Amino acid sequence: MLDRKTPPSIKDPIELDLKLQPYQQFTLDNGVPVYTINAGAQEVTLIELVFFAGNWNEDKNIVAGTANHLLKNGTSKRSAFEINEHFEYYGAYLNRNCFNETANITLHCLNKHLEKVLPVIEELITDAVFDEEEIAIYKQNQIQRLKVSLQKCDFVANRFIDEHLYGFNHPYGRYTSIEEFNALQREQIVDFYNRYYRNGKCIIFVAGKLQDNLFSQLNKTIGHLPLNKLDLAEKHHHVTSSKEKKRNIINDENGVQGAIRIARPFPNRRHPDFTKAQVLNNVFGGFFGSRLMSNIREDKGYTYGIHSYFQNHVQQSAWMVSTEAGRGVCEATIQEVYKEMKVLREELVDEEELLLVRNYMMGSILGDLDGPFQIIARWKNYILNGLTDAYFYNAINTIKTVTAEELKQLAEKYLNPEAFYELVVV
Amino acid sequence: MIQYERFVLDNGLRVIVHEDHSTPLAVVNVMYDVGARDEDPGATGFAHLFEHLMFGGSINIPEYDDALQIAGGENNAYTTNDLTNYYVQLPAENLETAFWLESDRMLSLAFRKKSLDVQRKVVCEEFKEHYINKPYGDVWHKMRELAYKVHPYRWMTIGKELSHVENATLKDVKHFFFKHYRPVNAILVVSGHVHVEQVKRLAEKWFGPIKTGVKYNRNLPQEPKQTEARLLEVQADVPLDAFYKNWHMAPRLDKGYYTADLIGDILSGGGSSRLYQALVKEKQLFSQVDCYHMGSIEAGLLTIDGKLVKGVKMADAEKAVQEEVEKMKTDLVSEAELEKVKNKTESMIAFEDMTIMNRANSLAMYELLGDAEMMNTELNRYQQVTVEDIKDAANEIFDEANSSTMHYFSRN
Repeated sequence: MLDRKTPPSIKDPIELDLKLQPYQQFTLDNGVPVYTINAGAQEVTLIELVFFAGNWNEDKNIVAGTANHLLKNGTSKRSAFEINEHFEYYGAYLNRNCFNETANITLHCLNKHLEKVLPVIEELITDAVFDEEEIAIYKQNQIQRLKVSLQKCDFVANRFIDEHLYGFNHPYGRYTSIEEFNALQREQIVDFYNRYYRNGKCIIFVAGKLQDNLFSQLNKTIGHLPLNKLDLAEKHHHVTSSKEKKRNIINDENGVQGAIRIARPFPNRRHPDFTKAQVLNNVFGGFFGSRLMSNIREDKGYTYGIHSYFQNHVQQSAWMVSTEAGRGVCEATIQEVYKEMKVLREELVDEEELLLVRNYMMGSILGDLDGPFQIIARWKNYILNGLTDAYFYNAINTIKTVTAEELKQLAEKYLNPEAFYELVVV
Repeated sequence: MIQYERFVLDNGLRVIVHEDHSTPLAVVNVMYDVGARDEDPGATGFAHLFEHLMFGGSINIPEYDDALQIAGGENNAYTTNDLTNYYVQLPAENLETAFWLESDRMLSLAFRKKSLDVQRKVVCEEFKEHYINKPYGDVWHKMRELAYKVHPYRWMTIGKELSHVENATLKDVKHFFFKHYRPVNAILVVSGHVHVEQVKRLAEKWFGPIKTGVKYNRNLPQEPKQTEARLLEVQADVPLDAFYKNWHMAPRLDKGYYTADLIGDILSGGGSSRLYQALVKEKQLFSQVDCYHMGSIEAGLLTIDGKLVKGVKMADAEKAVQEEVEKMKTDLVSEAELEKVKNKTESMIAFEDMTIMNRANSLAMYELLGDAEMMNTELNRYQQVTVEDIKDAANEIFDEANSSTMHYFSRN
């Protein structure tokens, strides 16, 4: 008779010897560094051009995001339609995103078409025209989109919690508004483009089953551009956290749920506490088996999901608890969150639970390293944060060795309700 | 070409193994041939509620998640109108843990009252989060009811109303389980750093002893052909007017499905698509417009939806959509335009197939449709579509009598 009660024996994932595949690096003629991961079976390539063109560098709100968004909306040779048609004809996906420090252009492409699409990327970063009509359409549609988003309690809560943590004048705390979309000027966008794309600082990340002539292809299209020549003046922004710690907002009188955000400032990932705190965060609310999830979803049913995490910022992070809960149980949810903090401050995590979290985290990293795109994403994060693979191996070591005592000390240091901002948006 | 091996256990469980030794991981995917379409009209939302209950402990294992996480695994599940799918990814060394867990919950759930009580609440919060507490959240409830009068696609996976989920009893739960969650109604796919012989041995060991169960024979009321255009006008507290129009399209296995899929891409597959170019960029009637379908197994809906630019009249927006649709009916698309959307499809398939999790999911899906080998022939079916097929299908689909329109007005 099959014994279904006893688990099959396992190899504890903490015994796994996790390796991060090293990148190959080369440098284009103009000094632009290229980091590559050659892996995978599919004949595909991902190319990500990272520019230091995030909202960190803008003088006026929304300019960085707009410049990034409109990169592919027309050059002197091609209309927006023709640019899109070119990439789409070759089944390539061209995306762009603007973050705080950086902004990117991402290309996913079948290898056989790479040669056809790369030259057009060169056009986008040297010859975008930012036509007035394109800007006007963009403004109008973004404003409409914003109006819809502003009716969502989670969207509103995310904006306000960041403002509380960093202040509206800090890039991490700033957000968009209808007035500021309306105030956008073409010259601001063109200026920003000239400085941070056309003559900007660029790093390239490439992953997939790479072609032999990849270097020469990149060098031919990007290697002669005037990138990485000027020293971009480093901007400094000061965090001015809000004095007010608690806030309740009624965004929708008829709302049936409240978006809850409970957050405190936290150092960046170069701080010695960071990796240990990630283990503590997993115990607290970092995965499905965490205490917040077990208590507030799986025991009480107050919410569809509750999570805690560290914001992925370069300069400074925040430790955040985030959930949408039934309107009538928001206060009870918040009290449970504080109760879980208290338990972590006062009681040692038992070894069984700690082993589970260690194993889960190791399995999760193993899963995250599956495939070339995932590996390059991890490297990109390290490189942009000024880290090396030592960070990876230290983090693994921390997961394996951090003690319950250390976690309790961290909880005492950081999980104090008085350090947290608390926001509910209904 | 995706290589795989297929075999069937004596109890009817279909097993597919896809080896890929370039990864240290294994994926175990269990797909059950039951979705929201199989629900009683008076007890909707059940297939999805059930998906939640599957994590509330099985007959021999009180905590599914703990047991998996200790082995370094992660898992999730989803329910559609057609099917329910559970998947686990874990270090390949610990493959047997996934067999132990998945087979025990196929054997029998624990059927604990506490689990049902809590998950009813969790699902109600999910319902609120996605469908009540969001602008336009109720659109698909209304659209489905407008387009389907008979077929169970007329309700959403989350359920027709909160009360159906709130009223679910343990008796209902047990009945549903033993009707649908049997080996004969399931497909097991194992992919990654595994070997066929190893999977055969583990499948026999863990799933082999589970009783076959009764094959569920689906006999759903079929939607009669729609003969008259339908229109619904709604006023709601949303900031923008929105336009929605649906047409019935071919089921998943028909040639017409592939044609309709490509029509969707021609109309709204990206920045060079027709609707975006004409309605957002040139005429500036919409701030956003899309054409898509649900990928449903039985006859589904091809949908065009968009948000109107403030100040634009609904009638003008509708007329402009209609003009684009008419062009598809009267003029052949160019070979280059068709080639573009085929290239896009080829590319999408290549990127989807990059992870062993997606490959396992696709193999299970195609096996459920009748033949796992479709995984390797799917692209060819798209390649065979001609510009004439596109025009013919457009005439068939974009018939006014086959349409359901919703004008969703901003009350503000």
